[in-house]
Formats: sequence, structure tokens, C-alpha cells
Amino acid sequence: MKRRTGKADLQQAPVTFAKGVDERFQASTPLRALLNKVFPDHWSFLLGEIALFSFIILLLTGVFLTLFFDPSMSETAYEGAYPALRGTEMSQAYASSLHLSFEVRGGLFMRQMHHWAALLFMASIVVHMLRIFFTGAYRKPREANWVIGMALFLLGFLAGFTGYSLPDDGLSGTGLRIASAIMLSIPVVGTWISASIFGGEFPGHLIIGRFYIAHVLLIPGGLLALISVHLGLVFKQKHTQWPGPMRTNTNVVGERMFPRYALKQGGFFMAVFGTVALLAGLFQINPIWLFGPYRASEVSSASQPDWYVMFMDGLVRLMPNWQIYIGDYSLPPLFWPAVVGLGFFTTAPMAWPWLEARKTGDKRIHNLLERPRDNPERVGIGSMAVTFFIWATISGGNDVIADKFHISLNAMTWAGRIGLIVLPALAYFIAVRVCLGLQQHDREVLAHGVETGIIRRLPNGQFVEVHQPLGPVDEHGHPVPIEYGGWVVPKKMNRVGALAPAVKGFFFPVEKPSEAPVSPGMPPVSGDTREEITSGRK
Amino acid sequence: MTTLHHDAPDAPEPVDVDDPRLSRFDVVKEGLRRDEIEIITYESQFQGNNSKAEKRVVRNIALLFILAGVAAFAFLGFYIFWPWRFELGHTLSDYYTPLLGISLGIALFAVGFAILAWAKKLLPHEVSIQARHDGASPTDEQKITGQTMLFVGDELNQGVQRRPLLKGAIGFGLAPIGLVAAAPLIGGLIENPHKAEHPDLFTTGFSPAKNGGNLVRLTRDDGTPIRPEDVSTGGQMTVFPGIPHGATNEYADSPTLLIHLRADDAEETRNNADADRRNAGSMWGNYVAYSKICTHAGCPASLYEQQTNRLLCPCHQSQFLITRNAQPIFGPATRRLPMLPLGVDEEGYFVATSDYKDTVGPDFWERP
Ligand code: HEM
Ligand code: FES
Repeated sequence: MKRRTGKADLQQAPVTFAKGVDERFQASTPLRALLNKVFPDHWSFLLGEIALFSFIILLLTGVFLTLFFDPSMSETAYEGAYPALRGTEMSQAYASSLHLSFEVRGGLFMRQMHHWAALLFMASIVVHMLRIFFTGAYRKPREANWVIGMALFLLGFLAGFTGYSLPDDGLSGTGLRIASAIMLSIPVVGTWISASIFGGEFPGHLIIGRFYIAHVLLIPGGLLALISVHLGLVFKQKHTQWPGPMRTNTNVVGERMFPRYALKQGGFFMAVFGTVALLAGLFQINPIWLFGPYRASEVSSASQPDWYVMFMDGLVRLMPNWQIYIGDYSLPPLFWPAVVGLGFFTTAPMAWPWLEARKTGDKRIHNLLERPRDNPERVGIGSMAVTFFIWATISGGNDVIADKFHISLNAMTWAGRIGLIVLPALAYFIAVRVCLGLQQHDREVLAHGVETGIIRRLPNGQFVEVHQPLGPVDEHGHPVPIEYGGWVVPKKMNRVGALAPAVKGFFFPVEKPSEAPVSPGMPPVSGDTREEITSGRK
Repeated sequence: MTTLHHDAPDAPEPVDVDDPRLSRFDVVKEGLRRDEIEIITYESQFQGNNSKAEKRVVRNIALLFILAGVAAFAFLGFYIFWPWRFELGHTLSDYYTPLLGISLGIALFAVGFAILAWAKKLLPHEVSIQARHDGASPTDEQKITGQTMLFVGDELNQGVQRRPLLKGAIGFGLAPIGLVAAAPLIGGLIENPHKAEHPDLFTTGFSPAKNGGNLVRLTRDDGTPIRPEDVSTGGQMTVFPGIPHGATNEYADSPTLLIHLRADDAEETRNNADADRRNAGSMWGNYVAYSKICTHAGCPASLYEQQTNRLLCPCHQSQFLITRNAQPIFGPATRRLPMLPLGVDEEGYFVATSDYKDTVGPDFWERP
């Protein structure tokens, strides 16, 4: 008897516990709402997740690195495991980074994971931002998240730059030197700013320590705060969704957060983590031992910064040497691309949602995304920005290109300068045209139906292609035009169920064919009207 | 296989969750109703129970999990037993990091795909619809909150209006408190770049002031002085001020390029230099010395092209013409590289007869 009650109590334990929790925190209703929350799904919604997951990887690997890294600029003679540098005078910071690479078990792996995750972080932020832009996801009520996203890019940029500077190798020292020159170029207060940040003349003895605390505490803290608000807003405002059957501006169509959505997120995190691990294991990145310690007198050619800094490097290279003299004072050309340019490109786009709303007079709330083609103007402007960014980034490596393809450097620079003005305009024009063309094709298919590829000869000898109407036909057999729904229009016969869907199974078929692909606006063709295709084997 | 209901039934009626006839799913649906969610489709991805397809999916997922475990063990094995200490030459330790990456990558990928397959292939397919509530709060709520905030203002205000002394005192007292918070945070950081007698901005290690008033020798990075015959014709050498720590980053603006020009180039260079107020008389014989610190952003301009007598900065490709006072002839740099006045002391070693006459390094606002 006793035993049985004991057992029953044990079974009852979770219930008792849960009740206890609820008595104290009234957790039931919010918890259920969380479990039930519906999320829409589309592959493009995963881009932001990649950024989040790489940030988590950065936190994990970064904390490991701090356990070994020594942010000190005092000089020592290297006595470590890497023979080529033994006896060389170098900073503690560089020596400890070498130690981390060669004498800590798995240390190099962690360093490379950290660096690859940083590159992935920035890349996914940028691609995520493009998704948001081209689909109009930033429109009311989500303007705040657009602004936060831009701020995240800027903070990520600073995190990457400070991190890149920490090992104090030849490349990072050169980067610091240029950073100091950029500060010096600011009118009136430039020398004060540089002296204050470096604690005197470049390089001084403080900068690595200061960058260190910025890199491991201040900037990650800022990122963490912004990311939390960002996700909180996504949660509160609910995710946008693509138009489609049943989807309206006032609902969310998808699946509940638990279990399916959450599981998928977990699996995806593992896949991103796995990608970073593979990259870190197989592809060397930032081999600081090859660059040697930073010496003000040495630099190797073709030294490139991380990719997200290259656009700025490119702009600096392309800037003509126009110096402005005001009396006894001068304003170096470096100021324009590096201070004004970076400031402009990271902050001006923040105003975009309001600018667009103002131009179109659109004050409505938008929860449905727009297909890029349906807003050619926006796509045009976005293409301009993307072209500008890519062209500037390529120009950041123009010496490498000149060298590899035996083009004169001066020609590369001029091509860069002209391209920077001409190409974005061209991109705008092309993008708008492409969008309009796609729109028109959609409308054609809606009006006339899908091309079947079947050619019919009429009694008068004329050849016509047979079209499969997407909707009902009138008494003459002409399709009744269908309204465009803002979503994919099926344009191939197999998208409307003409061909039997693929048979499941790799070597031999497993059971019935799967259901026909769903095309919005068209109820799926149900599977049981079709015959099973067998391989002939039994 | 059911298809989607286009005509979704009207919102379901609330149910009594204590009704013993309800299944667990019914209770869940009541919760969904309360959260304004409607499950439109909820169906197994397989036909029938325990179908062939289902078994196959289950088997694949299980295989993935097992693969993950194997790879994870492999990772641990490599991590612990593989020789990892760096050794010169091609050794097993070269493969340490790649092996870690591959095994960890496979383990994580396998777990990831297993979970994804589980969620995507095994769990029932579902389409749910949840209502959104966008837009502003009800107008009466807006009004109440607005009035509440204004009332808070009133409360504070009344207090102050009746007590003018308080008003002044608050204004006087709070402003400096704000400054007090900012001052120590920012004040300690501020450095005056001009405070030294010879500010580093305008002084390099070649200034006699750094050498007890004596002329500073040109030295190699190991500190040894240089005689003219140490640099062959057409050759060049990076030199540093011959003072303690002269070749370290402490004197980051001092690295200098000493060039021994061929006679005809030297002739041209001297003519151009002597025609210039600042550079006149700075060459010594066929030798000329320019600051190595690019006037654009401070990289060492270190690529010397003998044929064309150009100095190329690798950072943003500014090019300087050696024979013409190191004028920039291409790229973003605006200002020429300063020339170091050269001489030879009584022991036959190169010295700088004074510091640079132009400011070295990247440009800034108050450069003279
Ligand atoms: C979004 C955030 C971050 C970015 C973009 C980033 C980026 C970088 C980069 C590019 C490097 C140079 C890596 C190399 O040596 O090859 C680096 C180094 C470093 N990072 Fe981060 N990081 C981030 C967050 C963190 C966090 C959160 C920590 C620690 C709490 C951290 C700690 C370190 C340390 C200690 C180093 C120097 C290690 C070394 O190079 O030897 N980082 N970081
Ligand atoms: S630093 Fe020399 S060109 Fe920019």
C-alpha cells in the first residue's frame, strides 16, 4: 500500500511543481500563448536566424579566447613553439595569440571558428537586410526594427574591426594605423580624437587594452541588447508573411511554435554551427603567424581587410586626392569616404521607411510582404545600393585584380571611379525593366493561361499554341481573367498538376506518389485520381 | 488525404475543459481557441499507421542520430589522442585542426539534419491561423493613459509653481549633476595632442631634441649606423633614428627610406629639390631620404620601382615620384612625402642634419 502511494506521489510531482510555479508567477496563460504562437514559414525568413546563431557561436568561442588572450602591448621576445618567429620582439598580445594558435589544444580551431563566425555574422546580416528591403518588410509597423537592424550592422562592423585589431599582427597594426589616420582627418577635433583614443601618439601603449574591453564587453553588450529588442519586436508584432491562400493582413498562417517550428530552429542552429565548424577546420583564416608582429615600417602588398570593411577601403582608394584648404587649415580627402561615407551609409538608410511612406502617402499597416517585382521603384533603388556596395568592395581589392589579370592599377582605379557613378544608375534602369517585364508576364499568364507546349494547327493552316487556363472559361472557351493575388503565378504545366509528382524513394518507389505541389489560388490536385507509377519491380 | 478548407467553419464554441469526454487534443484546441488560433490542417504525413514510408523516414532519422554520435566520438578521439603540438615540416599535427573541423562539422550537421527531418517528415503536417491585433490601443485607453501622464506632469508642476525657489534650485542643481556624471567618464580620456614642447604630431625621432641636442644618425633596425657605401647604386634601405627604441613602434612616424640614386636620376632629383624652398640642400651626394609613412593614411609606402623611380604605397596605391620631391602622381594621397635632410658625420655615418621640415604622416586639420 505504502509503495503505491509513493509511486502515485511521484507521478503527481510534476503537476505539484507546475501548480507551485503558477501560484507564484501566474505562468499558465502566457506559457500556453507561447507554446501556441503561430509562425509563418519561408526559407528567406531563416537569414536573420543565421545571424542570431552565428552571434551565439561568437559568444561561445569568444569567451574561450578571452581565457588565453593577453591584451597587453608590452614587448617581449617570443619563445614559443613557432620557430620562424623565435627571438622576435613582439607585443604580449601578439605572443598570446600565437600561443593560442600553437600551444593551446584546439586553440587554433577556436580562433578560426570565431573568425569564420564573425564573417558569417556580417554576411547574414547583410543578406537578411536585403530580404527585408526587397520585400518591403520594413514598412509600418516595423520601422523600428529596420533602424535596429542598421545599428546592428554598424556595431557588428565595429566588433569585427576591434577584434581584427586585437592580435596586433602586421595586418591589424596597419588597420589601426589607417583608423588613426581616419580620425586625424576629422576637421578641428581630429587630432584630439586620435590622441584621446590612442592615449597619445599612434600607436601608444593603450589601444589594444581599450579595444579589448570594447570588443569583449561594450560592443557585445550593445549587440545583445539590440538583438533582444529586435527579437522582442518580431515576437510582439508577429512575423510578416507572404501573400497566399487564406493569408490576409490580419492573420498569420503557419505552424505553432511548439513542437515543429522550434525543432526546425534547433536543427537549423546545429546546421549553422556545423558549417562554421567545417569552415574553421578546413579553411585557414587570418594566419597571424605569417604576418609577423606589427612594425610601423613594414606592410605586405595585397593585404586585405575582412570583407565587410573592404567597401570602405575601396571608397578610400577611389577617392580623388582633393584636399580642401581653409586658411591655414586643411581637410584631407580621406575624410569624405571614411568618415562621411561610412557615417552616411550606415545611418541614412535608417530613414528609408519614412521616406518611402511619405513619398507614397502610405500610412497603412502592412503584414503581407510584397514580391519585389510588384514594386519596381524600390527594387531599382535597392539594386543601386547593392551595385554601389559591391563595386566599392571589388575596388577594395583592385590591386589584387590588377595583379592577377595584368591590368594597370591606374586603369583599375579609373574604372572604379567611373563605375561607381555609372553602374548604379545602370542597375536601377535594368532592375526596373526586369520587374516590369516579370509583372507583365504574370498578368499574361493570368489572362491567357499557361503555355502547354502543344501546338495546334487550325483549319486555315494557322498554328497556335494551346494555353491551359488557370481559372474558369467563358462560353467561348476563353479563360476568364484572374485577379493577380500578389503571389507566385504558376507558369509551367507541372505546377498545375499536369505531370504526376515525383515518386518517393531513391532506388525503388515507396508507396503512393506525394501530393501535387500546392500553387496558391489553385486547390491542389488530390492524389487519388492518379495512378501509381511503379518501377515494374515487385 | 484531406485538402485545405477554404471555407473555414465559424469560430468554434468554447468547451468545458472539465468534461471527461474531451480528449487531450480537444483541450489543446480549446487553448488554441482562446489564443485565437485555428488549426486548419492537421494530418499525418503518412497514409495509414506504421506505413512503409514512415518506417523508412524513422530509419533514416535514427541513422542520422547514430552518425552524429559516431562523429562526436571521433571528435573526442581526435581531440584527445591526435598529436596536436605544432612541429615544423609536414607532420600529423598539421591535420589536427582539419580533423576537429570535419568530425565536429559532421556531428553537428547530422544532429541538425536528424532534427530537421524529424520535424519536417515525421511530425504531422499542420496549417494554423492566428489572428493579429495591429494598430493602436482603443481610443479610451489612449485617452486615459495620456491624461495620466499629463496628470503626473501637473502634480510635479503644481509643486514647483507654488514654490519658485524650488524651481530655480532644481535647474541649478540638476544641470551640474549631469555634467558630474559625464566629466570623469570622458574627461580622463581626453588627451591634448599639442601639450608637449615638441608635439609628437610634428616631431619624429630624427629631431636632435630626442638625442640630447646632437644630430641623429640613420640606423638599421638593429641599431647599427650606415655608411654611404652600404647602399649600392639604385638600391634603397629602410632606416630608423639612431636613438634608444628608434626602430620600434614608439617612433611609428620615423621609418625613412634611404635611396642611392643613379647619377642621372640624382641630378634631376637635386635640381627639383633645390628649386624647392623646403627641400633645398637636403640630399647628400646621390643619396636622398624620404619619409616612408604615406601622407594618405600612414601605411609604409614601401614598394620602390627602380625603373620609373616611383614609390608605391600598397594600401591605397598612391604613387610618389622620387625624382620630383616625391610628389604624389596617382591615387588618393595629396601631399608629397617629406624629405629628410641628409649629412654625414665625422665618423662617416649618415645623420639627419635636422628633423623633417614637413609634417610626417597622414594629414590633419591643423597641419602647418
Ligand atoms: C558579433 C560579435 C563579434 C565579432 C564580429 C568578433 C570578431 C572578431 C574577429 C574578426 C577577431 C579576430 C580573430 C582572429 O584572431 O583571427 C576577433 C578576435 C577576438 N575576439 Fe571577437 N568577435 C565578436 C564577439 C566576441 C566576444 C563576445 C568575445 C568574448 C567575450 C570575443 C573575444 C575575442 C578575443 C579574445 C579575440 C582575440 C583572440 C585572438 O585573435 O587571439 N569576441 N573577434
Ligand atoms: S596609406 Fe598610402 S595610399 Fe593610403
